Amino acid sequence: MTDIAWIDAALTAARPQAIGALLRAFRDLDQAEEAFQEACLRALKNWPLNGPPRDPAAWLIMVGRNAALDDVRRRRKNEALPSDEVISDLGDAEADVADELDNSHYRDDILRLLFICCHPDLPATQQVALALRIVSGLTVKEIARAFLVSESAMEQRITRAKQKVAAADVPYEAPGAVQRAERLAAVAAMIYLVFNEGYAASGGTAHIRIALCEEAIRLARLLLRLFPSEPEIMGLAALLLLQHARSPARLDASGEIVLLEDQDRGMWRRELIAEGLAMLDKALRHRRPGPYQVQAAIAGVHAHAARAQDTDWAEIDQLYAALERLQPSPVITLNRAVAVAKVKGPAAALAMIEPLGQKLSGYFHFFGVKGGLLMQLDRADEARIAFDQAIALANTPAEAAHIRMHLDRLAKDAAGGTLAANPRH
Amino acid sequence: MLYAILCYHDEAVVGSWTQEQDEAVIAKRMVVTKKLAAQGKLGPVARLMPTTAATTIRSGREQLVIDGPFAETKEQLLGFYIVDCASLDEAIDAAGQIKRDEEGGAFEIRPLRYFDPGANPKGPTS
Repeated sequence: MTDIAWIDAALTAARPQAIGALLRAFRDLDQAEEAFQEACLRALKNWPLNGPPRDPAAWLIMVGRNAALDDVRRRRKNEALPSDEVISDLGDAEADVADELDNSHYRDDILRLLFICCHPDLPATQQVALALRIVSGLTVKEIARAFLVSESAMEQRITRAKQKVAAADVPYEAPGAVQRAERLAAVAAMIYLVFNEGYAASGGTAHIRIALCEEAIRLARLLLRLFPSEPEIMGLAALLLLQHARSPARLDASGEIVLLEDQDRGMWRRELIAEGLAMLDKALRHRRPGPYQVQAAIAGVHAHAARAQDTDWAEIDQLYAALERLQPSPVITLNRAVAVAKVKGPAAALAMIEPLGQKLSGYFHFFGVKGGLLMQLDRADEARIAFDQAIALANTPAEAAHIRMHLDRLAKDAAGGTLAANPRH
Repeated sequence: MLYAILCYHDEAVVGSWTQEQDEAVIAKRMVVTKKLAAQGKLGPVARLMPTTAATTIRSGREQLVIDGPFAETKEQLLGFYIVDCASLDEAIDAAGQIKRDEEGGAFEIRPLRYFDPGANPKGPTS
């Protein structure tokens, strides 16, 4: 690895801790980011000459803080009337620096930094964009590519999100136990959103999508190092690892979606599956089930099946039933119906999803699943209508192409005068 | 003499490597370990999963099971076992039995990400 690649990895790894500490010192996101940037520039100059410091995060906090203080001193010379507030804040910062470096605030600094990205006023896409920018340090250009929007639109989105956060008055004292638990849950949800943005392939190139998934896994591991005995955080990490393990098999060479049951399981990343299953095993010992753990368990059942036909669908059905109890949602019922179709047949599954029609009338997967079930039941005309609705709601060309394949098959069957059910669905 | 070579690094940094960077480091090391293996000098090789997958048991009047890695710096790494268990519970049980009735110290249980049993250059020594 070159010097630059090594330093880059070290800066990325130190970023959440360093910005978290600088944020606590300055209580201003832009100032914390600027100070960190300045420290990174100095690291790029200094580290190749003197070698990396023993504790890169501490080095960056120290240098970033001093650079910001220098900056204020310079401005003080130039400006006739310095703001008293700024000066007294920085006085506090100086007194706090010993604290910062002994890591006593480490946990809450990082949690606060993650938490300000999940302000309830921010829509999900803004939360994800803000986290990727501030915590992960992705460039605006990279984030814009992931969301398929222009760089200036993303710049605006992030600026607006930052303004909301600045106005939100996030408390800087150490949070109490209840507050900490609430923050933890919000942050876990935000990390899951980051992952989904990468996983659901709603835009961007494969390269950037994989980067988002990996970033989410990195954040989940970071959170778990801070809160090592939270079973739901273990469950979240397990879920992300198990899902991401399938990435190499999820799209074919032409970029089309390969369904779970058709994937080449030899392409799944075994080391990630092993880690995911180990995390899940660790979480389940606590006997405090939660939605992430149950979803990880479902992914685990798939990971255990060497071939698609070995999948324990009855177990998956039961796990979805547990998930419905923990977190009732029509999307979960829809997913459960896929397992029910395998265990009890397509008619039972169709009966289960029909009442969801109104709630999921704008949901691509609802019509995809419905069409598939109708096709299995030899109700070709109704299947065609459902597939047409699915195509109209497809989020990506790959999704639309996948449904078109079903329609082609229906057309071919009709032309051949047979309406044989597709045994694979 | 048999030597153990124990690998330390900041896992947040290693976790920030891309898959390609990680594979490049492993490939570079493999060039050397293959040579050592050919000379009959390489024993078992293991790569551990991140500390987020770790569980620690502490001895005292009763054994405590704690999520997370062994974090004390006033104790030193003195040895290790590799056991093949069906679950974490079984591994905790095995570790607990090995450590039973001992005062002080801790066992950190960490799943392996990679394991090559290798050749045993000399057999057991004591």
